[in-house]
Amino acid sequence: MRNSLILRTAARLLVPLILLFSVFLMLRGHNESGGGFIGGLVAGTAFALYAMAYGTAASRRALRTTPQALLAAGLATALLSAVIPLFQGGAMLQGLWAKPLGVKVGTPILFDVGVYLIVIGITLMIVYELDESGVQFFPQEPHPASLPAEAEESA
Amino acid sequence: MDSHTLLLLPLLIPFVVAVATLALRTRPGLQKALNLIGMTGILAASIALLVRIGNEGIQATGLGGWPAPFGIMMVADHLSVIMLIVSALIGVAVAIYAIPNVDAQRVGFGFYPFMNLLMVGINGAFLTGDLFNLYVWFEVMLISSFVLIVLGNTDEQLAGGIKYVVINLVSSLFFLAGVGMIYGLTGTLNMAELAMALPQVEQEGLVTVVAMLFLVSFGIKAALFPLFFWLPASYHTPPAAVSAFFAGLLTKVGVYALIRVFTLLFTQDVGFTHGLLLWAAGLTMVSGVLAAAIQTDFRKILSFHIISQIGYMIMGLALFTPLALIGAVFYIVHHIIVKANLFLVSGAANQLQGTFSLKKLKGLYAAHPLMAVLFVIPAFSLAGFPPLSGFWAKLILAKAGLEAGAYWIVAVAMAVGLFTMYSMSKVWVNAFLPGTDEDVDAGRTPTAVRVMYLSIGALAAATIFISVFAGPVYEMAEQSADELMNSSAYIEAVTGHEESVADSATRVDLDGRAGGVHAQ
Repeated sequence: MRNSLILRTAARLLVPLILLFSVFLMLRGHNESGGGFIGGLVAGTAFALYAMAYGTAASRRALRTTPQALLAAGLATALLSAVIPLFQGGAMLQGLWAKPLGVKVGTPILFDVGVYLIVIGITLMIVYELDESGVQFFPQEPHPASLPAEAEESA
Repeated sequence: MDSHTLLLLPLLIPFVVAVATLALRTRPGLQKALNLIGMTGILAASIALLVRIGNEGIQATGLGGWPAPFGIMMVADHLSVIMLIVSALIGVAVAIYAIPNVDAQRVGFGFYPFMNLLMVGINGAFLTGDLFNLYVWFEVMLISSFVLIVLGNTDEQLAGGIKYVVINLVSSLFFLAGVGMIYGLTGTLNMAELAMALPQVEQEGLVTVVAMLFLVSFGIKAALFPLFFWLPASYHTPPAAVSAFFAGLLTKVGVYALIRVFTLLFTQDVGFTHGLLLWAAGLTMVSGVLAAAIQTDFRKILSFHIISQIGYMIMGLALFTPLALIGAVFYIVHHIIVKANLFLVSGAANQLQGTFSLKKLKGLYAAHPLMAVLFVIPAFSLAGFPPLSGFWAKLILAKAGLEAGAYWIVAVAMAVGLFTMYSMSKVWVNAFLPGTDEDVDAGRTPTAVRVMYLSIGALAAATIFISVFAGPVYEMAEQSADELMNSSAYIEAVTGHEESVADSATRVDLDGRAGGVHAQ
């Protein structure tokens, strides 16, 4: 599994496609099968694939943020979609809709975006944790200095 | 503020704090402050809600603007709000206590976000008026508590955590099976609708089966005999702040759920269901207190006493008279505060002498007289000394038992009270009295312990408040017992909402949703 040229080349091509597909799945979920959860899982697999090809440190760099931050952002987004109707005199979690430029958008899609981010965050937390707790599955390379504190505490 | 928002604040506040503390992962100071502010906010919102329902009766609201039988209803009656207030009080006390008690490593791993998510789950369970939604809140609560119980990764914690996780998953399975069956029988999961539909179900045997499934499920969560073994195996392992929070609140959510379903839903065959509950109550009291008598670990003694105290609450429910329910509610209020406080005291003792073992703790009275006073108040209250809160709680229950002619359970309850006194005096004799000799360090009390005294003192003051102002607390318990015995007000508040919530906008929306976008 490590340093496979075929995997590395394929991953470069596949990762953007998978990410695009995950967004498609998330948006499709409003009326057909799909949604934030499955979209988030698919997006998570994109970064997991990248980690398998290039190592988790490279995957973390590609993510540009931490899984924990994604988790917090996702929860905040979902919360936002729940409380927006309160300010419009509606009930919490009530769907509010608008049609700017003829596209129907509403608070439920915001909720789905939140779920999408949470699922990516959780998936990647688990995937990265697997590597850091010593599962020999990903290509090994030196960890960047900014790894979380648990590495020091186990020592 | 409109009732809808006020009703949801006890859920929104801890959720917001959970998100904020998660985002501020690297700022422990801010997390601690936010947590304290959030818990205080929940307390304030819950008290405001109590005032609101005192003036306007039971409040109910549908999430997402969906009307009663279709949407998930959140309902606040007196029982719910009393539970909210007491749990928020524990939340505030633990928020202060956790500042010195929970180490930086646990804070780094997300102690505060999970504490608040746990609070979301607990408050949701108290407020929901929908059975499946209750299941969801239980899961929110359990997942957060799974994390909190193993946070820190010691072998002891993992061993306790696994027992806790497995037994709770079994409990959830029973609950889900019951929910499925009840939906099959009635076609609804809204509790108010169920209260109307269940008496008309023809298969009475099946209703009793569902009642038993719920009894097993909530019985596990409430640590009822013979389903309590997970509790003393796990509660003494996490830091004192966590075990105090768990000891005060988690089993009581199970008790709350039992009270809710066995007053609102399953009252068709009281002779069988509540008779069984009474036996379970008696056996729970006895087995808990006897097991506590042989323990030598401070927190294990307290853990087994939780079990025996649960028996008293279930006794109130099982007798199923207005006075008995008043006793049960009073007992819950008294117990949550006292029990959480005793766990906090054990943590302070551990902070001072580095152990929870009664064989090693010594001389606390000579070295730290203030702590001895702060221990005596909840300990004597737990044992039922007049005029402390535990005395009133037991008195009401005993009177209810005598009126109902259930003499044996009253006798059991009194005997168990004596044994409780034995355990508490054992702690006193072993941990506080000996060692007036010079090897006990009577130096200056560390700042960490002073902060702990603050929250222990606050809860002790709450106990004294309930003891002195037992009248007003009794009246609140009486109101909730009235609502429980006579469920028409609850049903009306939930289902009568249909017209006011389902305004024209919602109906249009309903039609729109039915067809979906493609139909337009």
